[in-house]
Amino acid sequence: MATATVVAAGTKARTEQGSGIRPSGWVGFLFIAPNLLGVIAFTLIPLVSVVLLAFTDWNLVSGLGGITFNGIDNFVAIARDPGFWHAIGLTLVYVAVSVPLTVVLGLGLGIALNRPLPGRAVLRAIFFLPYIVNVVAVGMTWLMLMNPKAGLVNQVLDAFGIQPGWFASSHWALPALIVMAVWSGVGYCSLIYLSALQDAPGQLYEAADIDGASAWAKFRVITWPSLLPTTIFLMVTLIIGASQGFGLIALITAGGPGDATTTISYYMYQTGFQFYRFGYASAIGLVTFVGVLVLTLVTWRAQRGRALND
Amino acid sequence: MTSKYSKWIWGIPLWILAIAFLAPFAWMLSTSLKADVDAYKIPMQWIPDPFQWDNFSTVLTGATSVLPAFGRSVFVAVLRVAGELLTATMAGYAFARMSFKGRDKLFLLYLATAIIPAQLLLVPRFIYFQKLGLYDTLWALILPGMFTVLGTFLMRQFFISQPAEFAEAARMDGANEWQVFSRIYLPLARPVMSALGILAFVWSWNDYETPLVLISNPDRYTLPLSLTNFVDEQGQIAPGLTMAASVISIVPVLIVFVVLQRRFIAAMTHTGIK
Repeated sequence: MATATVVAAGTKARTEQGSGIRPSGWVGFLFIAPNLLGVIAFTLIPLVSVVLLAFTDWNLVSGLGGITFNGIDNFVAIARDPGFWHAIGLTLVYVAVSVPLTVVLGLGLGIALNRPLPGRAVLRAIFFLPYIVNVVAVGMTWLMLMNPKAGLVNQVLDAFGIQPGWFASSHWALPALIVMAVWSGVGYCSLIYLSALQDAPGQLYEAADIDGASAWAKFRVITWPSLLPTTIFLMVTLIIGASQGFGLIALITAGGPGDATTTISYYMYQTGFQFYRFGYASAIGLVTFVGVLVLTLVTWRAQRGRALND
Repeated sequence: MTSKYSKWIWGIPLWILAIAFLAPFAWMLSTSLKADVDAYKIPMQWIPDPFQWDNFSTVLTGATSVLPAFGRSVFVAVLRVAGELLTATMAGYAFARMSFKGRDKLFLLYLATAIIPAQLLLVPRFIYFQKLGLYDTLWALILPGMFTVLGTFLMRQFFISQPAEFAEAARMDGANEWQVFSRIYLPLARPVMSALGILAFVWSWNDYETPLVLISNPDRYTLPLSLTNFVDEQGQIAPGLTMAASVISIVPVLIVFVVLQRRFIAAMTHTGIK
């Protein structure tokens, strides 16, 4: 729209006819500046530093002067570091078990909560609650609930003759963390599914009803395809979240017993903040980030491939 | 099929599952009112006998009171939310409704930074804040939270859906760019701003990892960190006090959730999907 303009000097931006977006020159920058400066200071500069630090050998004690460039030594060391591979393996198990469990249970719950139910709003709130409570309160509670001798969980399981040691046992500590992760993530998944279900194409269901389609046929042909984008989204975000899972581990197991729950993000934390090997920790962080990115893209592509074949 | 009992066929199993989901919270509440010797009693005693109200008074007013930490959490959350709302609405508006050189490239850079895991940034932030003199201060928690890419993205998505005619009319009447933004588009954005505000509050309130790395002085602990005060050097947890403090830490989030439930859920699903 060609109203009288105060186009700032120095911009060559075209007037975008009819879009209502006008060339605003430096005024636009002024609007973005407060946020941009903060993002540069607290995100971009740290990000560039982590990439640079990954190619150095540095422990905190030697001060900034003690930083020495060591090329790809850190990456060579990572490749030979059994602790790193152990942590990667644990992380993969943790992600591969907790993410599908959370998504499948979340889907079931989302579908169930979409029906007419007694006290539906309260039910939705209850399942969502674990997701919004802080990790320390939740962690402390589960730590006591899973106390091998007197915790409530084992009091119940005792009736079936099972007595897992949970966080005290190197076999049960990881499953215990997975139980907690699923418990806290299912409500979030079901909520996202619920909002997707409410956008589902109503006419298709009516048409299917007229054709006398079974509930399973309706799910397979209508519901599931319409939920596929949501599923991909949840898988991707949960994979990213689970591969960074750290709060509960730092709080409850500190990576133990032994190294039974030292996942990759906890391993990076240990390397950096307990052993002060910041260069090496940065390299671990960088490698992990690239790994998670690849894993995410693979999930993305695999799901899309399947969507196209249907 | 649609008889009035059919909803109970699904309702009953779901309510049983819901009660199982709630059990840890019920246990938390029950234990917060128990003497420590009763916390691990077999079989579990759901109704405390006697009620140990002292746990709450100790946690609130005793030597290890969580009230100062509660105050610090409020302080951090208020500044973070206010700062994020201010910078994110301005930047989101400019990305959506203004045109300037390099805008789209800059926005792409924003999107790229959104997928960086926070933990990757912990090491450099730790060093960086030490150099800036911000390590072990609440500002280390507040400042990064005031300038977020996700908030900007959310606000941009909103402003881009708004009609341009309002701005044209206002400009004809002689309004400048700031007035167009603050008097016309900002009031329209209230629902999205409250959604972002709720989320930002909950993230700030529940954050444990950032203070774990950037705060070392117990006198500067925020609420989540202060809950670990009731664990002794041997790792023994004082059940009554820890659970009383945990209950207190949950209350603000619970209030936000119950009072603003619709907005809260809208906020979750919109940041989730779009």
